[in-house]
Amino acid sequence: MLEATEFPHLANKYEVFGVPLTVVNETIRVEGAVPEPMFVNELLKVLDGQTK
Amino acid sequence: MPLLNAKVQADVRKALEGMTTPVKLVMFTQAAQALECEMCAETRALVEEVAALAPADKLTVEVKDFLVDTAAVETYKIDKIPAIAIVGAKDYGIRFYGIPAGYEFSSLMDDIVTVSKGESGLAPATKAAVAKINQPVHIQVFTTPT
Repeated sequence: MLEATEFPHLANKYEVFGVPLTVVNETIRVEGAVPEPMFVNELLKVLDGQTK
Repeated sequence: MPLLNAKVQADVRKALEGMTTPVKLVMFTQAAQALECEMCAETRALVEEVAALAPADKLTVEVKDFLVDTAAVETYKIDKIPAIAIVGAKDYGIRFYGIPAGYEFSSLMDDIVTVSKGESGLAPATKAAVAKINQPVHIQVFTTPT
């Protein structure tokens, strides 16, 4: 968990315009609070080389 | 003056009743500096107040200096402060950066109890799916105090 206003350089780096914003391994972005299965689907993208 | 009023103190006591095994909050600040950063000081005061409300011997706070305690900084992979590592029977990698205020205060309570129980509460399908992940994954959740 990161409090975006205390780390403006990170909020800027990850282009945080709304919260919650979840960033997985720098490249997968999940905006808002999503249902668990949907988040798992995003998370599993780390396995199929869709992220660096 | 305490940060938590009587009502919140009662809520925290109730929430932490769910703890089963001991948890430590490793709090990274700059305590040795003449000027502790504002949010660091508040975050440290907050975790100390929370720990005092937990069942006896269940929740402890270890205060570390980000600039001095380099071994702890390395162990817990801390790269900014204020930071709180929530550590139970093992380190599940849960970190809070910045003050856990507003809704995130509830997240902190939930995480303490979850770590204490050693059980994520995730659906069986979720557990099965994430068990396939065979590499380190870094998850950052950005929030704002509301």
